[in-house]
Amino acid sequence: MKEQLWIALKMTLVMTVLTGLIYPLAVTGVAQVFFPKAANGSRLRRGGEWVGSRLIGQSWKGPEWFHGRPSAHNYNGLASGGSNYGPSNQQWVAAVTRRAGRWRRVTGQTRPVPADLVEASASGLDPDISPAAAAYQAARVARARHLPLARVQALIRRFTRGRTFGFLGAPRVNVLELNLALLRQR
Amino acid sequence: MSVYGVAQFLFFLVVLAAITPPLGRYITAIYEGRRTFLSPLLSPLEHGLYRMTGVNPERESNWKQYALALIGFSLVKTLILYALLRLQYWLPLNPNHLPGVPPSLAMNTAVSFVTNTNWQNYAGETTLSYFSQMAGLTVQNFLSAAAGIAVAVALIRGIARRQAETIGNFWADLTRGTLYLLLPLAFGLALFYAGSGVIQNFKPNLHYATVTGQKAVLPMGPVASQYAIENLGTNGGGFFNANSAHPYEGPTPLVGFICVLSFVAIGAAMTHVLGRMTGHVAHGWAVWGAMAFLLAAGFFVAYHFDAQPNPLLPAAVAQARAPGNPGGAMEGKEVRFSLGGSDWFAVATTSTSCGDVNSMHDSFAPLAGMVLLLNMMLGCVGFGGVGAGLYGMMMLILITVFIAGLMIGRTPEYLGKKIEAREVKMAMLGVLAMSTLILVFSALGAATPAGRAGVYNPGPHGLTEILYAFASPTANNGSAFAGLNGNTRFYNWTQAICMLFGRFLMIIPVLAIAGSLARKKICPPSAGTLAPQTPLFAAMLVGVVLLVGALNFFPALTIAPILEHLLLHAGRAF
Repeated sequence: MKEQLWIALKMTLVMTVLTGLIYPLAVTGVAQVFFPKAANGSRLRRGGEWVGSRLIGQSWKGPEWFHGRPSAHNYNGLASGGSNYGPSNQQWVAAVTRRAGRWRRVTGQTRPVPADLVEASASGLDPDISPAAAAYQAARVARARHLPLARVQALIRRFTRGRTFGFLGAPRVNVLELNLALLRQR
Repeated sequence: MSVYGVAQFLFFLVVLAAITPPLGRYITAIYEGRRTFLSPLLSPLEHGLYRMTGVNPERESNWKQYALALIGFSLVKTLILYALLRLQYWLPLNPNHLPGVPPSLAMNTAVSFVTNTNWQNYAGETTLSYFSQMAGLTVQNFLSAAAGIAVAVALIRGIARRQAETIGNFWADLTRGTLYLLLPLAFGLALFYAGSGVIQNFKPNLHYATVTGQKAVLPMGPVASQYAIENLGTNGGGFFNANSAHPYEGPTPLVGFICVLSFVAIGAAMTHVLGRMTGHVAHGWAVWGAMAFLLAAGFFVAYHFDAQPNPLLPAAVAQARAPGNPGGAMEGKEVRFSLGGSDWFAVATTSTSCGDVNSMHDSFAPLAGMVLLLNMMLGCVGFGGVGAGLYGMMMLILITVFIAGLMIGRTPEYLGKKIEAREVKMAMLGVLAMSTLILVFSALGAATPAGRAGVYNPGPHGLTEILYAFASPTANNGSAFAGLNGNTRFYNWTQAICMLFGRFLMIIPVLAIAGSLARKKICPPSAGTLAPQTPLFAAMLVGVVLLVGALNFFPALTIAPILEHLLLHAGRAF
C-alpha cells in the first residue's frame, strides 16, 4: 500500500504538469495565434474604446434602444446565473406579470409580450432576443429615434441570425449589434 | 414540441450511432495495449511516465490491488486539491487576487472533482484563481474520467477472461486512457471551442463602459481548455457559475451540439468496447439500444411537459410558439439554444453523469424537472458517465439476467459466465447504496432546519430541490437545482459523503464482480440462456432499470414534482 501511495503521489504531480499546465498553455498558445479575437472574448470597439462583447449582454435604459432579456443579476459580468425561480413560485409569477404589464404600457401595445422579454435568461448575460421580441420593440425605438418603422424593421431582419444548418438552435437577434447599427443610422 | 427540437435530437442519435464503432475500436486498441495511429507520438511519453512514476505496466493485479490503487490515488488527489484550493491566494496565476477557499467548501469541491461529480457550491468567476481552475480542476477532470474508464475496462476484462486472477494494471490503464484518448480529443475540442467564441486567455477581468455609459465587466480566463475536458470526461464543472449557459462557455448552438456529443460519445463507445472485448459485438449494440431508448424517452417526456403553457402566467405573456417566437418556457433558458436544444441538453447531461448545464433546471416545468431528477436516480445510465455509465448499467444487466433466470428456474448466465450469489449480492449492494444515500439524506435535509435553510423555492418544489441536491452528488452527476444554497456546512458535508459513497460503493462492488467473473470458466449457452444480443434482452433491461427506479423513488417523486404539477394545473402558486 505504501508503494501504491508513493506512485499515486508521483502520478498526480506528473499529470498535473501534463494536463494542468502544458495542455492549457498549449491550447492558449495556439488559440492566441489563430483566433485571438474569439479567444479574448469577441469584444467590440467603438471610437477606440471597448464597448462590450458581442457575446455578453448588457443592460439598456430608455426607449431609443432595443432592450435585452431580464437578468437575474442585472447583467453583472461576475455573477452569471438565472433566477432559479420554480414554475409554481408566486414571486416569479408576479415578476413576470409586472414586466409584461410594463412592456405593454411603454410600447402601447395590447398584443401578448414574447416570453423571452419577460422571463430571465439562464446566464443573466444572454446577448440575444428572439425576432418576435425585437419586433415587439420596433415601433417604440423608431418613434424615439425619429426613424421610419420600416427602416428599423429592416435592421432587425438584417441582424437576425437563423438556425445553424437550418435546424440547430433558434433564430435570434444580437441586441448589442442591433443597437450599434441604430447608432450608425443618423 | 417543434419539428426543429425533434430534428436536433434525431440528428444527434444518428451521429452518435455513426461514431460509436470507430471510437469503440480505438478505445479497445488502447486498453488491449495495441499500437494506434498516435503511438509513434505518444508511446515515448507513455514510457517516460512509467519510468518517472515507477510503474511496471506489464505487472497485472487482482481486483483488490486494483481497487486499492484507485482508492489510494483518489485519497492523494483529494488532499492535494484541498491544499491547492486553500492556498490559492499565494499561488501563481491569480490576477483577480482571489482569497483562499474556505475549509468546508474546499473539502466539498475537492471530493466533488476527484469523484467525477463536479457539484459546485461556488461561483467559479469569483471564487477560483486561474491556477486552481487549471492545475486543480482541469487535472481532476482528466484523471477522474480516466479512472472511471479504467474501472469499466477492468470489468470488461473480468467478463472476457477465463480462469484468470488478474484484471489489469490500474496505473497503466489510467495513463493510457489519459494520453491516448482524453488528451488528444480534449486538445482538438478545445481549439474548436476557442475558435467558436469560448475564451482562452490569462488576462485579468476587463472593466469597460457600456454603450449607454454604465460600468460593466467582462470575465476572462482559460475556459476552452477546461470546457473541453469537463464535457469529454463527463465531469461537468463549469468555469463560470452559469456553466454552458454562459455565452463565454456556450457561445453558439453548434458548440452546444458538439458539447453534448462529446459528453455522450465515450459512454456510448464503451458499449462497443464491451462487445468487442468479449466477442459479442451484437450484445454491445443491444446495450447501446437500451441506453438510447432511456435517453430518447427522457427527452420526449421532458420536452413535452416543458413546452406546455404555464397556467399561472397571465394572458399578457405570449406562451404559444410561433415562427420567431420561442414560446413560453424561457425562464432560465438562453434564446440561442431554443427550448428543444435546452431540454435535450438537460436530459443528456443528467442521463450521462456530466452535469454541465445550458439552462437552469430549477425553472423547468415540474414534470420536465422530474425527468432530470429521475435520470440521476436511475444511476445515469442513458449512456452514462465515461466508464461509470457502462459499469453502472452492468449492475442492472446482472440483475436483469438474474430475474430472467428466476422466471424459468435456471442458474442465470451472462456471456458464458454463471452468475451466482456473490455477483448478484454485489450488484444489489451498488443499487441499494445509491437509493439509500439519496433517500436517507433527502429525508434528513427535509427534516432538519439546516437542510431546509438552503431551500429557495417554496412548496413541493422545495422538496424537489432537496432530492436533487442529494441525487446529483450520489450519482456523481453535478448538475443542480441551483436555487438551493448548498454552500453551508450541512450540505457541504452531507453531499461530500454522498459523492464519496456514491462513487466507491459502486466501484468496489464492480471490481469485486470483475475479480470473481475473471476466475470463472466459460460455459456454452444453454436453451435457458437469455440471448444477450436480442431486442428482448434490451427491453428486459429497460424494464428492470425503470422498475428499480420506480420502486425506490416513486413515493418521493409523488410528493415533490408530481404534486407540484397537479397543484400548478389546479391554479395553485406558492
